[in-house]
Amino acid sequence: MDLSNTHLLDEAVVTTKLDAVVNWGREASLWPFVFGTACCAIEFMATAASRYDISRFGSEVLRFSPRHADLLVVAGTVSHKQAPILKQIYDQMPEPKWVIAMGACASTGGFYDNYTTLQGIDEIVPVDVYVAGCPPRPEALIDAVLDIQRKLKREKSFSVKHTDYKGKLDDV
Amino acid sequence: MTFEIVEADNLYNTILDARDNKGFTLLLDITAVDNLTRKSKAPSRFELIYILRHAEFKDIKTIKVYVKDENIGVTSISKLFKSASWAEREVYDQYGINFIDHPMLKRILNHEEFIGHPLRKDYDIRDAHYCTKAQDMMDELKPALDAKNLDMDEDDLMVVNIGPSHPATHGTIRSLAALDGEKIVAGVSEIGYLHRGFEKSCENHTYNQIIPYTDRLNYCSALMNNIAFSKTVEDMLGVTLPERGVFIRVILSELSRAIDHLVCLAAGLLDMGGQTNYWYFFNPRNDAYDFLSKLTGARLTNSFMRIGGMTHDLYDGWQDDLEDVLKKIDYGISESKKMIEHNRIFNDRLQDISPVSAEDAISYGWSGPNLRASGVAYDLRFAKPYDFYDSFDFDMVVGSVGDTYDRMMVRLEEINQSMRIIKQASKELPNGNICVDDRSIILPPKSCVYGSIEGMMNQFMLTIDGVKVPTGEYYGAYEAANGELGFYIVSDGSGTPYKVKVRPPSFYHMASYPEIIQDYQVADAILTLGSLNIIAGEMDR
Ligand code: SF4
Repeated sequence: MDLSNTHLLDEAVVTTKLDAVVNWGREASLWPFVFGTACCAIEFMATAASRYDISRFGSEVLRFSPRHADLLVVAGTVSHKQAPILKQIYDQMPEPKWVIAMGACASTGGFYDNYTTLQGIDEIVPVDVYVAGCPPRPEALIDAVLDIQRKLKREKSFSVKHTDYKGKLDDV
Repeated sequence: MTFEIVEADNLYNTILDARDNKGFTLLLDITAVDNLTRKSKAPSRFELIYILRHAEFKDIKTIKVYVKDENIGVTSISKLFKSASWAEREVYDQYGINFIDHPMLKRILNHEEFIGHPLRKDYDIRDAHYCTKAQDMMDELKPALDAKNLDMDEDDLMVVNIGPSHPATHGTIRSLAALDGEKIVAGVSEIGYLHRGFEKSCENHTYNQIIPYTDRLNYCSALMNNIAFSKTVEDMLGVTLPERGVFIRVILSELSRAIDHLVCLAAGLLDMGGQTNYWYFFNPRNDAYDFLSKLTGARLTNSFMRIGGMTHDLYDGWQDDLEDVLKKIDYGISESKKMIEHNRIFNDRLQDISPVSAEDAISYGWSGPNLRASGVAYDLRFAKPYDFYDSFDFDMVVGSVGDTYDRMMVRLEEINQSMRIIKQASKELPNGNICVDDRSIILPPKSCVYGSIEGMMNQFMLTIDGVKVPTGEYYGAYEAANGELGFYIVSDGSGTPYKVKVRPPSFYHMASYPEIIQDYQVADAILTLGSLNIIAGEMDR
């Protein structure tokens, strides 16, 4: 359609950028996959329950198959034994995808600075938002979801992210 | 604590005799101690500790074996107790001690690419190894199939893998089930995905520093672990809390039991598709969190207890808040009960699923609501009352069939019993101190710390050195939400334990899981797992 003729359609058409439309849609329909391993997962349950109600922010469609999800919430300690599982799940998620490291353990290993625990999941997968707390309160997790929403608005909608990221388990 | 010291060669027969002739039918735990850096001289580097409980549940028996050569080890007792198999595997994994004739001696908590045995004293705590892939577990499934004369191809079986990241496993448990059609014919489980090195961490923290770690064992009822651990250390110190302190502990402990059961039921019913129940059970839990965060500053991981007491007293107006929480819990369970009690789906899907006989449950090393569901009237609060439990009026909830239904219903009713105790304890709460009056255990008041040099030194020494616990070994048991939560502590007189071993109820419940799901369907197995209430933090430590 010739753009000079848009007046014929009155106000039924708005011109905008493709990125803006796609991201506007994505923002309120993030589908989280919860990689819940420990105590933080209990606080995730609270976030999903009716008091805090994550669905107010369009993120309640919890998927338990990574192939359906675009937001990975790592809630809990990730041990070395668990690491290849986390990586596999991340790899199975289609682009575009975002990752929240919920809690001290997922972010840095927390106070498990020992032989068992991965010192932060960013050794294995790229992380978009880190949430402090042990465990973080539900409000903090909701804030992280809002952060992801803000972040994705600034992104190119059809680009593959983190192409330069190299995790410890890549190519082994 | 007194040990019966046994030669490695006689171990099997001694334990057989203890079980058959002396009535010690419940194997609680097996662990080891590495004496490498211990001050007191021991006859060998490694020693094994066996803890058994009597059939009347009052007494325990502890057996010690000095292991001359860890590569030769001792005879496995997995033929005598079903619970021994995993317990011995753990000792092998953590200490590298061999068990002769063990059917499947391989690592259990650490991954297959791990090198060394982390609980040995010469193993550096931060010496980690990356794991690059999950094991396929066929080495364990194959013998399970062989035992039943089954063959994957000939019998046209299919293997499904569930977990470790699966919503129905409530955390990080992996199970493999061989199916004949819909029926599970053999299964194996893999744990250790949440092994966080609790026991190694204990060896380089002071007693009070360990309390936050105990929060994260069974994180659904963190306060209970705090209390169980503090109480064990207090027993070693030979001190008892003033009455008010004990009563507060009882109130908080029973509230924790109630909310622990609430999560178990909420998640269990959610697995079944009963999502409405989830809201009814989980929301009152949130109210309990509000109360706890007002009191302790944290919703989930409270770290409220201290050796010899707790951080501070109850706040003004706590009684109204707590009463309100109880009302909401009561409302939640009564509404939920209305929906499930006569619900055909609920009853049909749970009744007669994976029943466990009393005898098997004991051999599996079960305790707590799961054991009581099988009709065994064992509850430490009755068998060996502590913390004035004998002065409260409440009932022990016991099942009859031991199926998934009983396990869930016992928990449901235990919430009511816990609320009864809370009500009595809050009504009769005595006045007075909450902590022991001993400056070598409890920090001085802040006015002393900032106002006098003695106070400051006192605070400094206690914080840096920790509470000095007399040399010795002790096993303390506590009736936690999931069963007998024990702490076996070895002290060498310093402010840091030489060794701590948790006796985790969930570990033994999980060990039995592959066996009890046999002959049922995958969908049943999911509910059975929910009814066992496996908490990975406590199981894997
Ligand atoms: S951050 Fe804290 S609460 Fe969360 S998993 Fe780790 S220990 Fe548990």
